[in-house]
Amino acid sequence: MTKTNLTLAEKVWNDHVVVKGENGAPDLLFIDLHLLHEVTSPQAFDGLRLAGRPVRRPDLTIATEDHNTPTLDIDKPIADPTSRTQIEALRHNAKEFGIRIHSLGDIEQGIVHVVGPQLGLTMPGITVVCGDSHTSTHGAFGALALGIGTSEVEHVLATQTLPLKPFKTMAINVEGKLRAGVTSKDIILAVIAKIGTGGGQGYVLEYRGSAIRDLSMEARMTICNMSIEAGARAGMVAPDQTTYDYLKGRVHAPEGQDWDEAVKYWDSLATDEDAVFDAEVFLDANTLDPFVTWGTNPGQGVSLNDVVPSPDSFADPNEKAAAVRALEYMDLVAGTKMKDIKVDTVFLGSCTNSRIEDLRSAAAILNGKTKADNIRMLVVPGSARVRLQAESEGLDKIFKDFGAEWRFAGCSMCLGMNPDQLAPGERAASTSNRNFEGRQGKGARTHLVSPLVAAATAIRGTLSAPADLEDN
Amino acid sequence: MEKFTTFSGIAVPLRRSNVDTDQIIPAVYLKRITKTGFEDALFSSWRNDPEFVLNDPAYKHGSVLVAGPDFGTGSSREHAVWALRDYGFKAVLSSKFADIFKGNSGKQGLIAGEISEEDTEKLWEAILNNPGVEITIDLVNRTATLGELTVEFSIDEYTRWRLLEGLDDIGLTLRDESSITDFEARRPNWMPKTLPAKQ
Repeated sequence: MTKTNLTLAEKVWNDHVVVKGENGAPDLLFIDLHLLHEVTSPQAFDGLRLAGRPVRRPDLTIATEDHNTPTLDIDKPIADPTSRTQIEALRHNAKEFGIRIHSLGDIEQGIVHVVGPQLGLTMPGITVVCGDSHTSTHGAFGALALGIGTSEVEHVLATQTLPLKPFKTMAINVEGKLRAGVTSKDIILAVIAKIGTGGGQGYVLEYRGSAIRDLSMEARMTICNMSIEAGARAGMVAPDQTTYDYLKGRVHAPEGQDWDEAVKYWDSLATDEDAVFDAEVFLDANTLDPFVTWGTNPGQGVSLNDVVPSPDSFADPNEKAAAVRALEYMDLVAGTKMKDIKVDTVFLGSCTNSRIEDLRSAAAILNGKTKADNIRMLVVPGSARVRLQAESEGLDKIFKDFGAEWRFAGCSMCLGMNPDQLAPGERAASTSNRNFEGRQGKGARTHLVSPLVAAATAIRGTLSAPADLEDN
Repeated sequence: MEKFTTFSGIAVPLRRSNVDTDQIIPAVYLKRITKTGFEDALFSSWRNDPEFVLNDPAYKHGSVLVAGPDFGTGSSREHAVWALRDYGFKAVLSSKFADIFKGNSGKQGLIAGEISEEDTEKLWEAILNNPGVEITIDLVNRTATLGELTVEFSIDEYTRWRLLEGLDDIGLTLRDESSITDFEARRPNWMPKTLPAKQ
């Protein structure tokens, strides 16, 4: 029986089933686009080599270098020998298996989740995978985009398919209008605080409602990016005119008749009006404040106008114990105003918030200001092209005049795999996606924030919103 | 992959929720390009703490981890499973696993068995009353037995079958190669292609 009232995720799924699973076996799905980076692929290529298997579809596969790459002195050999080995392994594997690669120094190099959309390879209605949990980013186009492990990377390289078990669907309805100074980052941090880091487990999330429709593509990418932080397998937004306007004219976007056919198909993807989600969540955009995290998982977040919560405020014993541990690690006292928390470093970057709009919005706040004395600020564009675009608009000059460091593209301080790390005990306001213990360096403390909060914080030296600057 | 039916080993109580993969294996160890030799990396930050459970001689040679809810959240790194496996773990029991971690476990023959929160507490109590006690994981019957206490765990039927049979996923999929070829022939022309590269 064919269901006629389907959600966006179900439609994309159904159109990619190669073999329908029977007796509890998963469906075998075709994968339209496979993105690779240096960290999760070497063991997959080794597996192919051992089994004597080729890459089935090099023409649907693309690699870039991002996690290990330095953001300074990129013309010099990578200093860390293990990082260098991993990058060299990717280059070698790409050559041996005939895969397109954008290496450090190449104009298309950058964070894998910035590069795919920028090239026009990420499109509505396709399946995208990458050995990286933030692959969910690409769902902003209405693609079904899944983060996978290395065994699955090998599976996709060998077969261009993946056996997948069906997901449940969850609607995240965000209605209303965001106030000035509130962004899509605040929406997703509020969603995660609401449903928890395991709340999306087993689900594909679909972000819906007037507040989502009003967002730009880049803002939608920020939301979908952090779907994994709610435990979801993927996050999606139905394609619309905003999507098409962003995509049209990009180098790998369809052209001519192909474009017209594609749009016709993409228009059919939106969730049917009578479709039923397995779960629904509602969030009021009108009343949303800038959101920040206080703890060591992305669900431990509050309004910036709030205080550090007391562990006793959590009914669940696991959450309570996690809060006690988090406050100890973060060196915070319950009841402290979030805005009184002094930070050492501000990081503007990562696959969550390193696109041109993120840089523009932060630069608009920093323009003509000077940074607080206690602050070090890193600005790391998501790709070489974003960096060039920013420079053509003079944003680099604004950042440098402000006292920030203007870097080359990469994952940078989001995770401790390259030279950009926090010192033990150092505290950061970070536009990245994870505030786990040690994520930004051993013993480092992370507060997740939007680019606007990052900018205001760099000016005041304590966690701040742009509105706080007007009080001065 | 080796077939898995039953296994007995020392149970380790990890009384924490939200154990993310950055804690299971910090990013610094992800620079290696091998698939083995990650035993030193497992929980490496936490192992600096003398109080950490794996530093207790009773649990040092543990092979079945009993953890709090939301185990394996965060990064997709399969290295987390490799590190658990290389240390000697054959199974992890928790009331809730992150999806990607659960998938990765199934590929590497590590049992990720879901048990109720109530049974988690019971197992913790039984282990703490008798540190170093053995637990038996029976994949055929989906049970974990520790002395008098037997709890049921769930694992999806397909993964269980593959682990019992020791089957390789890629080999299974390639049995359907003709279906893949047929599907490829039907794909519309507007779909993305990375090659030839356009500038």
